[in-house]
Amino acid sequence: MRPVYMVSGGVSKFAKARPDVTFQPMVKEAYDYALKDLGLEHPRFVEIVDGSVASYFSDHFQRQLMSGIMVQDYLGLCPKPSHRVEGGGATGGLCFQEAWKSVASGLMDVCVAYGFETMSHVNTWKGNEFIALASDVSFDYPVGGFYSGYYAMMVVRHMQEFGTTVEQMAHISVKNHNNAFHNPYAQKRKLLTIEDVRRAPMVAWPLTRLDICVMSDGAAATILASEEGVNKLEKASGKRIKPAKIVGIGRGTDAMRMADRPHRQVLLLPHERVSDYRGLKYPGIHSFRAGRMASKLAYEMARIVNPIKELDFIELHDAYTSSEIQTYEDMGLCKYGEGGRWAEEGNPFLPNLDYGLALKKPGTLPVNPSGGLIACGHPVGATGLMQAVFALWQLQGSIKKHFGNDRLQVKGARRGAIHSHAGTGTYVTVSIMEKV
Amino acid sequence: MASAKRERPNRKLPNEEPVALPETDDGTILFNVPFPKDLAQLKAMAPIILKQPYRIDYIHSYGQDSPFFAGLANGKLLGTVCTKCGYKYATPKLHCMDCGSECDWFELPQVGAVHTFTVCYFGSEEFLKETPFVLILVEWPGVDTLFLSRLIGVDPLSPSLEWVGMKVRAKFRRLSKFKPTDVYFVPA
Repeated sequence: MRPVYMVSGGVSKFAKARPDVTFQPMVKEAYDYALKDLGLEHPRFVEIVDGSVASYFSDHFQRQLMSGIMVQDYLGLCPKPSHRVEGGGATGGLCFQEAWKSVASGLMDVCVAYGFETMSHVNTWKGNEFIALASDVSFDYPVGGFYSGYYAMMVVRHMQEFGTTVEQMAHISVKNHNNAFHNPYAQKRKLLTIEDVRRAPMVAWPLTRLDICVMSDGAAATILASEEGVNKLEKASGKRIKPAKIVGIGRGTDAMRMADRPHRQVLLLPHERVSDYRGLKYPGIHSFRAGRMASKLAYEMARIVNPIKELDFIELHDAYTSSEIQTYEDMGLCKYGEGGRWAEEGNPFLPNLDYGLALKKPGTLPVNPSGGLIACGHPVGATGLMQAVFALWQLQGSIKKHFGNDRLQVKGARRGAIHSHAGTGTYVTVSIMEKV
Repeated sequence: MASAKRERPNRKLPNEEPVALPETDDGTILFNVPFPKDLAQLKAMAPIILKQPYRIDYIHSYGQDSPFFAGLANGKLLGTVCTKCGYKYATPKLHCMDCGSECDWFELPQVGAVHTFTVCYFGSEEFLKETPFVLILVEWPGVDTLFLSRLIGVDPLSPSLEWVGMKVRAKFRRLSKFKPTDVYFVPA
């Protein structure tokens, strides 16, 4: 396999609804932005690009099969190769990795990964029904299919097992909303307090409306290239590209039904020991084994031994405040069980922002500096690609250029991770990107 | 006059009438759609947004899991057990996730314990009218996996972590709907 670089990206402004356009022009907004940032126009770019991968989650939301090809033709990429990937909430992350494979394998020199979701076509509660169809329709969905309920059951067990508190979860909501306050692409830009989060309407105990991401319409596009691809693009534009190198990818899976998850031993990362977890039954429903597997594989490829010391930021899949805490542990930022405390101490906050909280260790490793899914929104097929775009801008040091302010720029960011996650931890991807 | 014509389908089209599809009054009808004289103004037009019905009846087979639902109709809660490694599934799987061998059916005890729970105050559209409802995962000693169900007989407005570990007893609907909700749990 050969080195792969991410060279550019674009994101549509995420919104509750985009009735002004159908999905194809929404993707084009992101695609055109990515091209413009490369200094290229479509006719020149299309001479170079070898193919694409399309990402969207739900045929139910879309009520249009083969939407991928409809984007491909709208963008003017026919007859170049393409396919659609789907893996629930991790669809975007999977798409990014499929584009990586296309380039790493030598099949393509330049590959576009684009994605979108249109979730506004049904009301919120029908939307929740559509999402819950991503649970076993014989045994789980009919009992009261509701994803917020599933994640609530997972975190209740985390609370029971490790003593995690609702206030610790609320810290994530405060952090991500306050970060997004400075991100013009975000759907929800709010300065919140812990009390605001806890006083919000209860959705599925103990998760309130402010512990949960919202549904969105949105699109994102990323462009990946080999060294040759980078040269071709630079030659075409006459401009130097500031790429990020994708140094590691990993994926993991787990059983669809939470009831089926095993209760055995922790899958250890290099900096952990068996003695760290005596008596802990793993993953149970308190942890995401797929997230741990994905992290382990990505770290191995990127030769990361201790992520907390070797990563400068992470954009991770915070569909719920609780799952952000659980993911800290899967990614080895702290030990299993310590995620709540790690959040409360301030470790995942940006060091330079004022959150109105007394934080003991602010900014150890900023997580979701963009505001994450909770505040940016979660147009499923676009989400994992949005993370890649924000990560590229962090590594380029170009947050100011793209956001209009540099409040969210992680100073001196050299290496970051993106993490995409599907329903209750069934598919998880982790990709590691480095400044070149 | 138009309908009178449709009653005579074999009638040859009269030369004096224009050839046209018959107009119908089903579906969405929008009268008097504004339209600018200058086509350059069309890009500023507000989007046309329609509500369209979308309903289907779907034929779902429980397949190899069917005996579970037959069990519920007979007041029995069935799990499966691996014929080779003995791994026990509280939610049936007919092949073992662990060793790949075939599983047999066995009857689960009707008293288990709450492994975890939540109270849903909102829900998917189908279940919105049932809120607030309590979801639980039930555990049994010596059984390797869990079972998702509803818990009734607790106050959904006062959830507490103390519910974890609570002994619960299975109850069965007298009139089976052949859904997993034919069984539910109450405090034992």
